[in-house]
Amino acid sequence: MAEVQSNVPPKKGGFSLSDTKTRGLIYQALTIAMVVYGIWWIIDNAANNMAAQNIKFGFGFLTTQSGFGIIQSLIDYNESSSYGRVFFVGLLNTLIVALIGCILTTIIGFIVGVGRLSKNWLINKISTIYVETLRNIPLLLQIFFWYNAVLKPLPGPRDVHDKGDQLWFSLSNNGLMIPKPIPEGGFWIVFTIFVLGIIGAIVIKKWAFNRQMATGQQFKTIWTTLGLIIVLPLLAFVVMGSPLHFQPGEMGTFRPNAGFGLNVIPEFIALLLALVAYTSAFVAEIVRAGIQSVSHGQTEASYALGLRPGPTLKLIIIPQAMRVIVPPLTSQYLNLTKNSSLAVAIAYPDLVAVFTGTVLNQTGKAVEIIMMTMLVYLSISLVTSTFMNWYNDRVKLVER
Amino acid sequence: MGDNNRTNYGIVNAKPIADRDAPISTTGFIGWLRENLFSSVGNSILTIIGLLFIAYTVPSILNWTLFDAVWSGGADACRENPHAACWTFAGSWWEFFLYGFYDRTQRWRIDLVLWVLYVGVAFVVVDDDVRKTRPTSTILGFFIAIVSMVFMSLMIQHGAPVMWTMAATLITVGLVIWAWGLPNGRSRLGLLLLFAYPVLVFFMLGGGVLGLSKIATSDWGGFSLTLVIAITGIVASLPIGILLALGRRSDMPVLRLVSTLFIEFWRGVPLITVLFMANFMLPLFAPEGANIDQLLRALIGVALFSSAYMAEVVRGGLQAISKGQYEGAMSLGLSYWKMMGLIVMPQALKIVIPGIVNTFIGLFKDTTLVLIIGLLDFLSSVQTASTNPDWSIRSVPYSGYIFVAFIFWLHCYGMARYSQHLEDKLNTGHKR
Repeated sequence: MAEVQSNVPPKKGGFSLSDTKTRGLIYQALTIAMVVYGIWWIIDNAANNMAAQNIKFGFGFLTTQSGFGIIQSLIDYNESSSYGRVFFVGLLNTLIVALIGCILTTIIGFIVGVGRLSKNWLINKISTIYVETLRNIPLLLQIFFWYNAVLKPLPGPRDVHDKGDQLWFSLSNNGLMIPKPIPEGGFWIVFTIFVLGIIGAIVIKKWAFNRQMATGQQFKTIWTTLGLIIVLPLLAFVVMGSPLHFQPGEMGTFRPNAGFGLNVIPEFIALLLALVAYTSAFVAEIVRAGIQSVSHGQTEASYALGLRPGPTLKLIIIPQAMRVIVPPLTSQYLNLTKNSSLAVAIAYPDLVAVFTGTVLNQTGKAVEIIMMTMLVYLSISLVTSTFMNWYNDRVKLVER
Repeated sequence: MGDNNRTNYGIVNAKPIADRDAPISTTGFIGWLRENLFSSVGNSILTIIGLLFIAYTVPSILNWTLFDAVWSGGADACRENPHAACWTFAGSWWEFFLYGFYDRTQRWRIDLVLWVLYVGVAFVVVDDDVRKTRPTSTILGFFIAIVSMVFMSLMIQHGAPVMWTMAATLITVGLVIWAWGLPNGRSRLGLLLLFAYPVLVFFMLGGGVLGLSKIATSDWGGFSLTLVIAITGIVASLPIGILLALGRRSDMPVLRLVSTLFIEFWRGVPLITVLFMANFMLPLFAPEGANIDQLLRALIGVALFSSAYMAEVVRGGLQAISKGQYEGAMSLGLSYWKMMGLIVMPQALKIVIPGIVNTFIGLFKDTTLVLIIGLLDFLSSVQTASTNPDWSIRSVPYSGYIFVAFIFWLHCYGMARYSQHLEDKLNTGHKR
């Protein structure tokens, strides 16, 4: 009997170490104490070390003149700009390569992913080889390969062109020269019409959908959409007298003259190619898994209802596959963005290369600079996953 | 004719008529072609495009990498034939690629740990039940014998003391015999490989015990350094990852918050910034006078980074265990740690072995990043060699990169296949 009594839980409000709640509180208090002590210990050590090395903590360096040039910048930048401006130049370079990379990755990844499911034996095998080769080779190696082994050994611009040549499309070890689009006065009117056309198309689509829901009458939006988005801006473009012209590059004595055409630097091309090739192999697997996750019964049921293969794909399979595809796809986008930091290895001027690399070396402000860099990537992760969660919730609602 | 009965309505066959052969267009090679390559107009077009693509790329690739390639003869042979792969580059430099600047007279120590690793892994990945069957056990035996011969001859070539060669032979053979006979030998050897092996690597490579000379980590390099980083990453990340996963699923809000913040922080930043941080900030965070060498900094960075990813993998496994298992354990009166250690974790970890292998593949590929903070890993050693003025030949960088890619591909694809095999084995659900 004594044993039984000892198992009776302690009275409420009583203090006992054998009470899970009490122990939980003690554990948590200990955790807080340890974390606080750990952080304090680190800060204390860092303060002592920095004092010993005569380093001062502070962000004042951001207004100091940088004194070095950057080979690609989307905003005005020169050697007399500040370190703070370097930060933004690097950030924008990271974002542009990540954005273009994500778009291309999605396209190629979907094509290869569908290819892996193809009943065509040859296409199936080519897609499989693509995926299994590229995703099992380190990304850094792929970047080096494209940069050092493919783009660097290309002939120089002088070997291919004479002075004064017009460069419409030219690939050399100086990068890719393509014409630069230059908008003129009336172009903004055309652009406004284009945007209005898109809005109009969306409104009509909504109206058509609501009407179909209410009355069952269908309205083919394809022609109005095409008209509003393509034909109308084209008309406006012609009426305004083609207010956009393309300016090709121009060959100088040694290299293409600055200010003519658009020069895509080889570092950008190498990084983009490697990122897209590597990530699209993963995306292809995600797409394949997503499509395979939709049970075959769904297709059969759809055919039984009399839907043709096109609408079956569009209305039945893709919406369900997207539910499976979107979450891992998001994390691939994030991976691509984070992996773009490998740019530092080939000196593409992204955030890590110019800010965490060059600026850190020049100023020695390791703590501040690494904190800022990490904060940027954390925010990008947070914003992307928030957006994708929102999208995911929308897609999820399709399920009844 | 005699078998048929003539009736008023016509001829009735007494026996069933023999099946006619399927039309030639649906059987055999032609049938296969029609079904798999030319089933529709669209498919035929795709096939033709694919064939053109193959005809355009494959012959030149094969010529470049195999038929025209330079297999022997040193740099001069490659200079004479710059339009094909230069494999003699890898042949001339392979010691540097494998050992880096490790002391020449001590390289047998690396041979020894590699030997144990490859034999152990080969043994662990072959299932217990399959191993008992004839062909598999023969193949496994052959593989172990070849690997042993290669590494034993390397050890002798590098001047390993007889005592060490014999010790290595005894350890390797002993382990395999020990594990072969046991019913659960595979998983026991696996655990041993996971937790005792890193200790062996640490002491063999670092030295300072058993009469082995000390070798500074700055001399470590090449593929062996890549393996050291990868193995440290995986071994450190498992226990930390398990604790973090438990923390994230804990009932205690403070523990949950701390674990979640830790995991999301490391998962949210690129590995390269983690390595930068380890390289530049760790010396600041350590107490004054403490000297953390560069390899250790990188190892700490990699361990923190990979444990966050491991935590998420383990958490996935924990979520897959039904509540009944927890409740069953609790109703037996098991404490939290006993419940986790004896009931939940064994099941959860078994489910996520494919995930763990995938994390390891990712980690293995990511080890190449350490070259950015100046460590001489496999990729870095090949790059260093290809900038050697004697070897400044057009085909050398290509050949070097393709060589590294092939070695990485071999290891990663092998692991991926193993992970796939485990997934198929664990996936006992219905499959279409």
